[in-house]
Amino acid sequence: MSGLMFFAIVLIGLLIGAYVFRLGGQAVTGNAPKFRDMSFGEAFGFVFGAALLVWALYYYFQPKVLDTGVPNAGVVFFRWAVQGFIIAAIAAFVFRFLGRMVGTEGTKKLFRSMPLTAAFGILVIIIYAVVAVFAGVIAPYGQAEILGAANVMAGGDPALGGNPDYPLGTDQIGRDILSRLIFGAQNTVGIAFITTCLAFFIGGSLGFLAATLQGWLDQLLSRGVDVLMAIPSLIFALLLMTIASVWANELGIPLTIFMVLIIAVIDSTRVYRLARAVGLNIVVMDYIEAAKLRGEGLGYLVFKEILPNAMAPLLAEFGLRFCFVFLTIAALSFLGVGIQPPLADWGTMVRDLAPFINFAAFAPTAAVTPLLAAGAIALLTVAVNFVVDWMLHKSSGLKE
Amino acid sequence: MSRLLTIKGLKIEGRSDETWNPIINGVDLELNKGEVLGLIGESGAGKSTIGLASMGYTRDGVRISDGTVEFDGIDLVKASAATKRSLLGKRIAYVAQSAAASFNPAHKLIDQHTEGPTQHNVAGRSESVQDGIELYRKLRLPNPDEIGFRYPHQVSGGQLQRAMTAMAMSCRPDLIIFDEPTTALDVTTQIEVLAAIREIVEEFDTAAIYITHDLAVVAQMADKIKVLLRGDEVEEADTRTMLSAPKEDYTKSLWAVREFQRPQQPSPPADATPVVSVRNITAAYGTTDVLHDVSFDIHAGRTVAVVGESGSGKSTTARCITGLLPPRMGEIAFDGKVLPADYRKRTKDQLRQAQMIYQMADTALNPRKTIGEIIGRPVQFYGGLTGAKRRERVNELLDQIELEPSQYYNRLPSELSGGQKQRVGIARALAADPKFIICDEVTSALDQLVAEGILRLLADLQDNLGLSYMFITHDLATVKSIADEVVVMKDGKVVEQGPKTEMFTPPHHAYTDLLLSSVPEMDPDWLSDLLKERGVDNIGDAAVDKM
Amino acid sequence: MFVVSIVIFVAVNLLPGDFAEAILGQGATPESVAKIRQDLGLDQPMVVRYFDWLVGMLTFDLGTSFAQLNFANFGGAGSVTVAEQIAPRLSNTMFLATVTACIAVPLAVTLGILAALYRNTAFDKAANMFTLSSISSPEFFMAYILILFLAVLNPIFPSLSNIFEGMPFSERLEKSMLPALTLTLVVTAHMMRMTRAAIINLLASPYIEMARLKGLSPMRVIVKHALPNALAPIINVIALNLAYLITGVVVVEVVFVYPGIGQLFVDSVKIRDIPVVQACCLIFAAAYILLNLTADILSIVSNPRLRHPK
Repeated sequence: MSGLMFFAIVLIGLLIGAYVFRLGGQAVTGNAPKFRDMSFGEAFGFVFGAALLVWALYYYFQPKVLDTGVPNAGVVFFRWAVQGFIIAAIAAFVFRFLGRMVGTEGTKKLFRSMPLTAAFGILVIIIYAVVAVFAGVIAPYGQAEILGAANVMAGGDPALGGNPDYPLGTDQIGRDILSRLIFGAQNTVGIAFITTCLAFFIGGSLGFLAATLQGWLDQLLSRGVDVLMAIPSLIFALLLMTIASVWANELGIPLTIFMVLIIAVIDSTRVYRLARAVGLNIVVMDYIEAAKLRGEGLGYLVFKEILPNAMAPLLAEFGLRFCFVFLTIAALSFLGVGIQPPLADWGTMVRDLAPFINFAAFAPTAAVTPLLAAGAIALLTVAVNFVVDWMLHKSSGLKE
Repeated sequence: MSRLLTIKGLKIEGRSDETWNPIINGVDLELNKGEVLGLIGESGAGKSTIGLASMGYTRDGVRISDGTVEFDGIDLVKASAATKRSLLGKRIAYVAQSAAASFNPAHKLIDQHTEGPTQHNVAGRSESVQDGIELYRKLRLPNPDEIGFRYPHQVSGGQLQRAMTAMAMSCRPDLIIFDEPTTALDVTTQIEVLAAIREIVEEFDTAAIYITHDLAVVAQMADKIKVLLRGDEVEEADTRTMLSAPKEDYTKSLWAVREFQRPQQPSPPADATPVVSVRNITAAYGTTDVLHDVSFDIHAGRTVAVVGESGSGKSTTARCITGLLPPRMGEIAFDGKVLPADYRKRTKDQLRQAQMIYQMADTALNPRKTIGEIIGRPVQFYGGLTGAKRRERVNELLDQIELEPSQYYNRLPSELSGGQKQRVGIARALAADPKFIICDEVTSALDQLVAEGILRLLADLQDNLGLSYMFITHDLATVKSIADEVVVMKDGKVVEQGPKTEMFTPPHHAYTDLLLSSVPEMDPDWLSDLLKERGVDNIGDAAVDKM
Repeated sequence: MFVVSIVIFVAVNLLPGDFAEAILGQGATPESVAKIRQDLGLDQPMVVRYFDWLVGMLTFDLGTSFAQLNFANFGGAGSVTVAEQIAPRLSNTMFLATVTACIAVPLAVTLGILAALYRNTAFDKAANMFTLSSISSPEFFMAYILILFLAVLNPIFPSLSNIFEGMPFSERLEKSMLPALTLTLVVTAHMMRMTRAAIINLLASPYIEMARLKGLSPMRVIVKHALPNALAPIINVIALNLAYLITGVVVVEVVFVYPGIGQLFVDSVKIRDIPVVQACCLIFAAAYILLNLTADILSIVSNPRLRHPK
């Protein structure tokens, strides 16, 4: 009950605060238009935001360790989050600043119009790409290498069960988590990338073909895609993976290859839809009609007239599809049917390391390990989404 | 006369690419009670922006940076949102260009009509329903008692436009802003909307700002006219003075557009084979016939204008000729030889002979290709020229369309103005070295001055190259200036055809007559005279329905 | 649409049919394989099997679980039908989905409308970043973050949702709170972004400008002019996201060990229990199609153009 009481008091306080804020604003600024036309909801929003900020500051400066000697994990995590956010913002800012200084006139111009979120996204994507490509060089140990000590805590502090050799600790059978994280970039990102490319190749070419030719081919493909899309993709993927796992056993082909194919096919239906829609929009343009009436062949129409105009939406879609594929693979691996051990993979790692989370209250650093792998997935998808968001915004803005 | 609206030094800026660029650079405007001001200018002149600003309103991404807009002593620029709300709809009302988009699709017309009076406490609901019906009757809407109880999509465009005028009148405002209210309408519909607006504005002695790009329309509606060019005022004078004695060069040039007349080409010998001969075409989309037994000939070196309102089948005829829509019956002959109905079955040479220029240059040119590539492709495709020879031919074509080759060869269409794009479209057609070109409303998306240039260019090319044109248009002024022969279409049928000289002298077919008489003229008395002559019930849709 | 659903029956059924023998072959003697094949009717042609199954499906007889049957054959007690296995799980999942929808829908729609009204303000940008992040994160990431903060650090809710039949409603609600919150986070983000886009699209339309120029109050513009037209896109958004829930539910149920149909599905996939996998898959697909269909129908119904034909 006290919780509810507290909540009500805060709410009333905020409401009064909002009223005072607006009234005060009007008085101080001599009834400037901003305060004069402000709705009560808006004033409430401002006051609420301010209250949130004050609370965050207060919480941030709470002591790290409670009087009882137990670490105040909530504060620790909160500080990490805030610090991480600030560091990310600074990194993005510096990156954008550099981008504006260095490079050709074209890239400079691109960076000038770039919001900070997009700069952050690009930076993260570059880092991931570098880590993925050079995983073998960067990682201190091999991904399947079983080292002496199992269950070493993260943080590298021997007093807390850590080991400086393994900064992020080791897992249940003694593999270095940091190395596995780095190799995970190679495996998870690489496989997702290949899958997306494959999906685009299949879906894109069929989609454009359907849009250009129309007629029975279009009907056939579109109905087929309708059927495939009527089944939720993760469910469908799981079902097919069950089948594939049997085949993989019999044929001796790694399950991962089946997974790539299955997800590529499922995802190509979405790409097909988009490619067809974009294609149809372009096909009705008069310049396509002019080319058709000129007697141009199909190849010229698709590659010279349609494709260059479809690039922008397709590129944005590539980003979104990549995220989706990436998350699907991660989910499959998390459920235990995706990328198979001993390959390091973030989804699998989260599942394996999940029990560590229960130590959070005593050893904040230990609880982080499973979240690191999950966070690595989230960070990349967030980054890609930021960039795609910006691209879509830009292309829609150009039209106006 | 007392002053109603005073705008002083109005400056408006628009936001693009993160910076504020000026749209209006300091315009003054004065309007007395009961006076109608015509705001005229080409696209991008800032007419609508001023119209909205005189209501103290700006669209998103636009702001008033300086100046005052004083309505009856209240500065709308500085007024609070609440003050503005109490004026808008009640004392200042707005009639938008597209009535179909400006009526809320979810409510009945009458509910939207009564919203103003009830919200501003001018009248009760039942009272304003009665008033609405009365207004509908005054505006001569069919079934005034019932039409208000329909949803917007159930009412035609011309009727919606009048219903919107009625809605603007619902609180008997002192000032109405008309923002191109008839631009989207056909000429025969336009005339009855014009008549209705003028009548009701006079009856209630309402002041109005009438925004349009059509000089002849504004001549009927306005007491005085202000000419705008790129956010600046060019000149202002009362209507008669402005029409008879414009001062500024720009205004004069606008007037001069209407005077371009291409001399009539000599008639072909009676036994000449026509370049294109359309023989008894009937065509259908799906199962409904949209063309019925259409026939006409186009002779070498001549221009045939195909005229009609939207939905009359002009463009469908063009699609039949090009082979995009194979006709259900009838045939197309080229130089006396029958062409295959489907374009895919025609030979490369047959395709080359007939070219097309499109209405929207924006969609007719591939935005990802340079001008050189766009024109060079048919040169290479048909003429087989490559490398330097191709370049040479493209330069020659660019010269023909009066664009400097070295400057435009590597540009993208988005870097060109509307008129320049249309010229590139012409060059692409010429590159095939055709005998016959279909021009589909090539000037209707362009400002008058630019359109004039395109027409002159087409006429010159015809003289030099002996081309035949099929000129599709809804604009009779264009027909007058360029056509040798005219084909009038309505509902997929040819109503009348013949040489231009015959077509523009009476007696006409009744529909041709209606079409011709509905085109506004520059004479300010034209509408009054016409109404006197024909009677209010014999114009527009009412007259069409009688046929 | 109905044609599509029939084709799915075929697709779902035919695919696993190919390898049924392979599964039975695992860890069973040749004689028992033959016996089981006979028991299950696997020796009959595929078409016959398909129609048997289809008829069974329509009469809610989902067949017998392979796993349970195997167990029974090798000395276990009695077999359990798929229907018996799925029924309680399904009701659990429905419960979870309902709780989620009750929290997510009002929250997302309100936030979406607010973000659209105050677009390009700090609130909108913060909301944009937050929703983008939660869309991008895998469901299990959100789940563990919530476990970390709401179960481990501040023990408000239990991290394992071991609900069972006969549990009082309040306790049940409390136990399913964390999975529901996780799903809410994911779905809300989607729904809010789509709502925002729909409303912004709407606010740009000329009739909203007209309503403003009639001097109506902002509240009236929204309620009277924007909302009736926004209903169709918002309903569409809600239905689509509920359909999306289906995918999310699988992962979330696994994380929280919630005894729902998603958990059953994954378990069955792991032990390759075909009838159960088939049945689950079909239920998911049916729900998905049904929701999409509802979205289509509702958006047609709420379109005044179609409601009041010329």
